[in-house]
Amino acid sequence: MGNSRPELADGFVVFVKRDCPTCELIVPVLEQLCELNILRTIFSQDDASFPKLPITSDDTSLEVSFSHRIETVPTLLKIQDGIEVDRTVGWSQEIWKAFLGIEDLGSENIRSYSPGCGSLSVDPDLQGMLQKKYGSGLVSREVTFASAEDEFEAMYDRGWSDGLPLIPPTIERVQAMLEGTSRKPDDIVALVPPNLVDLTVEKIAINAVMAGCKPEYLPVVITALETACSDEFNMHGLLATTMPVGPVFFVNGPIRKSINMNSGMNLLGQGNRANSTIGRAVQLTVRNVGGGRPGEVDRATHGSPAKYGLCFAEDEEGSPWQSYAQDQGFSLEQNTVTLFPGEGPRMIVDQLSRSPDELARSLAMGIIGNVHPKLVMGFDAILIIGPEHASRFAEAGWTKEQVNEEIINHSIRETDELICGANGISEGLPEVFAGSTLPKLRPDGGLIILYGGGAAGLFSATIGGWLSGDKGSSYQTREITL
Amino acid sequence: MTTSVLDPTNEQTPEHRERAQRISSLQGATIGLLDISKPRGDVFLDTIQSLLEKKGATVLRYIKPTFTKPAPVDLRHEISTTCDAVIEALAD
Repeated sequence: MGNSRPELADGFVVFVKRDCPTCELIVPVLEQLCELNILRTIFSQDDASFPKLPITSDDTSLEVSFSHRIETVPTLLKIQDGIEVDRTVGWSQEIWKAFLGIEDLGSENIRSYSPGCGSLSVDPDLQGMLQKKYGSGLVSREVTFASAEDEFEAMYDRGWSDGLPLIPPTIERVQAMLEGTSRKPDDIVALVPPNLVDLTVEKIAINAVMAGCKPEYLPVVITALETACSDEFNMHGLLATTMPVGPVFFVNGPIRKSINMNSGMNLLGQGNRANSTIGRAVQLTVRNVGGGRPGEVDRATHGSPAKYGLCFAEDEEGSPWQSYAQDQGFSLEQNTVTLFPGEGPRMIVDQLSRSPDELARSLAMGIIGNVHPKLVMGFDAILIIGPEHASRFAEAGWTKEQVNEEIINHSIRETDELICGANGISEGLPEVFAGSTLPKLRPDGGLIILYGGGAAGLFSATIGGWLSGDKGSSYQTREITL
Repeated sequence: MTTSVLDPTNEQTPEHRERAQRISSLQGATIGLLDISKPRGDVFLDTIQSLLEKKGATVLRYIKPTFTKPAPVDLRHEISTTCDAVIEALAD
């Protein structure tokens, strides 16, 4: 990014353009100041030979004008130790005299006041090009709050917030955020629903600043959004559904440690910056760039606090098994984020089971309640096995695959119990399923087992899913691009 | 203090489009019925179909692969080029 500002020599410098009648008017003044050796440089924006003086400098590239935020011509600057200490805008004989500290300036033939014209460097048609060439490289519109406006209230008023306060995305903060990724600000990451808008790294960075992310979280946020907006994950459907679901994120790999994510005590709760802000950044991006707002395209009947952004990490170091990412074929050195279409977490208490088999039965019973006990196969689940529960399996030598298989086996139900009308409840499967058995979770990937949580507590946590597969959403794991 | 921030939105303004011309009569019109694949959408549309046919309309039936995603582009194109009007069965 070419954002180093060209330095100016100490003294007085002025910015002009030939196309400005005020600048034409004051040519004799400029000649006088040149002769008196008071002006160091005249930067000319549209004609390098205007005015024809030895101190005229070509700024037809507008680099100097843009970098010094010149908005009007003429603008006179006072430079001391390479830094601008004062400026005056437009032409006023009295003000210029005082500014330059001279008694005699101009003549009776020259009008004593003229406001000047707009600087070419603020021409709206040139902004994109100038920003790219000399600016921050960022192209988002700058929104300036009125001096009496409270900046935090102003962001609420503009509808940018999920209800919680936002960090103001100043250009400096957004630039710092972008240092967190090797990707360019204008890279298009995805088409973000529901409005199917091109989503750039720059817009993600702005929303990540607002969410409270640190720059080093940005790669996770970018990859999460890329994944969320895939056809398989179907962010559009998750947003539009009346069910209380959203993308649930979990992270594997060394980045968990380097950004200090929580995979232990209270991993699903409050208190950890990365856990709390990564998912929020994704949700804010969908809201602000995609246009997905509650009550509009987001039709959730009840919603869930998880929709602020539920994000956590797996405790790979404490786990008796290999990590979830390794199960998917990634190495321990690769960083991944997995997106699961889910609702809020719910605990499963079992403080009495001592054998792995009875605990598997118990956990299966806990999961059966997801969505509705009579609805099976269509909804996947995450099970985060707590350390004390996991030790029951590990001590008995059960592999993770075995735990997964046994829980699904123990979730098998007689369909006569599940069909419409069974147990005096209309909700349930169509009659044609009667006389058979079905597991709560599909055996080919219906259960994701993770390890995490605090050392004490004979509990696990489950996160119920949304309609799985092509009809709804398929959970996805992707490697995080740093 | 004045603060400047970068716009977090897509900076787009909504495009204004006129509504399509309403059809003046059902007699001889081709009406598309789009089932979005919600349970019992077909029951609702069967009734609508018989009512429309009684009024002299030709009815064509369409179905979205899933209610959770926008209708595929090809399906939208087919409906818009084949039908005079479309009725969509939303929700269950």
